[in-house]
Amino acid sequence: MTDVAAAPGLSTGTLLWRRFLGHRLAVASGVVLIVLACLALAAPAVEQWSGLDVTAVNLFARFAPPSAAHWLGTDELGRDLALRLLHGGRVSLFVALAAALLSALIGTLIGVLAGYLGGRLDAVLMRLTDGVIALPLLPLLIVLAAADPAKLGLPEAWLRSEAASLYRIVAIVSLVGWTTVARLVRNVTLSLKAREFVRAAEALGAGRLRIMAVHILPNAVSPIIVATTLSVGNIILFESVLSFLGLGIQPPVASWGNMLTNALELIWTAPALVFWPGSLIFITVIAFNFLGDGLQDALDPKAVRR
Amino acid sequence: MTRHVVERLAQTGLVLAIMSFVIYGLIGLMPGDPIDVMVNADPDLTPADAARLKALYGLDLPIHVRYWNWLLAALAGDLGFSRLFSQPVLDVLWPRLGNTALLMGLSFVASILIALPLGVFAALRPHSLADNLVNLFCFAGISVPPFWLALMLIIVFAVVLGVLPAGGTPALDAAGFWAGARYLVLPVLALTLASVGGYIRFVRAAVIETLRLDYIRTARAKGCSRARVVWGHALRNATIPLATIVGLSFGTLFSGALITETVFAWPGMGKLIYDAVLGNDFNLALVGLLLATLTTLIGNLLADLLVTWLDPRIGGVGT
Repeated sequence: MTDVAAAPGLSTGTLLWRRFLGHRLAVASGVVLIVLACLALAAPAVEQWSGLDVTAVNLFARFAPPSAAHWLGTDELGRDLALRLLHGGRVSLFVALAAALLSALIGTLIGVLAGYLGGRLDAVLMRLTDGVIALPLLPLLIVLAAADPAKLGLPEAWLRSEAASLYRIVAIVSLVGWTTVARLVRNVTLSLKAREFVRAAEALGAGRLRIMAVHILPNAVSPIIVATTLSVGNIILFESVLSFLGLGIQPPVASWGNMLTNALELIWTAPALVFWPGSLIFITVIAFNFLGDGLQDALDPKAVRR
Repeated sequence: MTRHVVERLAQTGLVLAIMSFVIYGLIGLMPGDPIDVMVNADPDLTPADAARLKALYGLDLPIHVRYWNWLLAALAGDLGFSRLFSQPVLDVLWPRLGNTALLMGLSFVASILIALPLGVFAALRPHSLADNLVNLFCFAGISVPPFWLALMLIIVFAVVLGVLPAGGTPALDAAGFWAGARYLVLPVLALTLASVGGYIRFVRAAVIETLRLDYIRTARAKGCSRARVVWGHALRNATIPLATIVGLSFGTLFSGALITETVFAWPGMGKLIYDAVLGNDFNLALVGLLLATLTTLIGNLLADLLVTWLDPRIGGVGT
């Protein structure tokens, strides 16, 4: 770690950490997300400890009010709501993180290539990015989600497995989630490309691939982290909307989105069943957005000068 | 300027052509095909009949040939029939397009009317308590699942308070302006709340950015009043980045409209596309998606031309 001239004696890491801690909402959001992730990871343990079964249907205990046995009551099939929320969190968070990472990968690749190679490739890739941003994405995602992957020649047996429905939604959402990362990475690449160390590497005869991988990417890590954090929120929203419309994660696997599939009928009989999954989506998304905002303040070099 | 307009028109046409092929391919990936649907409905059809029908309608041809045939028919005005409605596709779509335009237009105007004053208000006092509250409101708006927000509005206004209808359209015999407008209040409110947060943040950022420029300091120095500097000088220049971003947001607004229409059973394009996809109505889904893309592209194009008109430097240099 190198010393920063503005604050002698403090490492960059410490400075960043302090700047981040100064952003109270971001810190609180980080804590909330860690708690949510731990709860979701603990779902099987909680299930064992409570002796309840998340898939156990009990039609005699439908819409039960909160009690000692069922902390948040039961749903329309008599399943324990609290347990389903925990299990749903596992699925929703896994899908969001996996899709965010895949999007970041696609976005970084497109951003670096467009920014460094420039020229016609840059023009085409950026038109593509603008195009994807401007399109009405949800109707397209609905068609994609309704598409029959068997027509693409994928093995039928695999497609029927539970994991396939997860990977499928990850792939679909990633197809549209990469644009933020791509634009940010391109901008950073453009400014890095003109810097002396890149020029020097070029003069020493380093190949394009080497410059992109060794000299540009490591210096673009912070905007990639910020953009990825910010895109997680969007991705959770896309997943939840698709699952709500019945095209995302398929029951009996619970996700926060598909727990709301029947919400339109439930608002008259059991508003609590509508309230909880939606609140959890809302809290998670807003926490990721605050976290991204805080990271941006901490990592953005322009902010240090202010 | 003229060259820029022609270039942008050509670009829009190209994007539309590419998108029509992509969408055609996507619709082809939907489960089953029209003949399968007929076979399911009529047990007397043998596999040989089905194959003959497929050949008759050209469904056994490779995709690019089918696309070309479809394109020629479409350009001649034949967009096919809707399976769900048993009507020509366009007859089903036009009224829905009007409904969606009404919903999106009202919500768009409401968003701008809220975002401009609130964004400027927050930009003038950065990092104050008021700014932080506005910021919190924006983050909440961006982060809330739009369909859940709509459901919460129904719970509050229709289930608990019972003052507004939970969805649908006014009855045909309903009289008076309010009788019809009541059905629009919640959908427009839901769509506005879900989209206004982003706009406020853009206005705030654009105004703060503009207020830092030299010409603002000059205006202040020569004794312009604060209000005149902000509303006359700063906001005028801040309009340029705003128009760009607002133009790019039409697609998102349409996605929001789809959700709002589905939750409130508002008979618009978004809900129609959703129903068509779920109901295997291939022609309707295809043309609906194309029309949605076309309107979005036209929105982008208009916003882009507006920006060029506002800032002649852009068209002249040729971006």
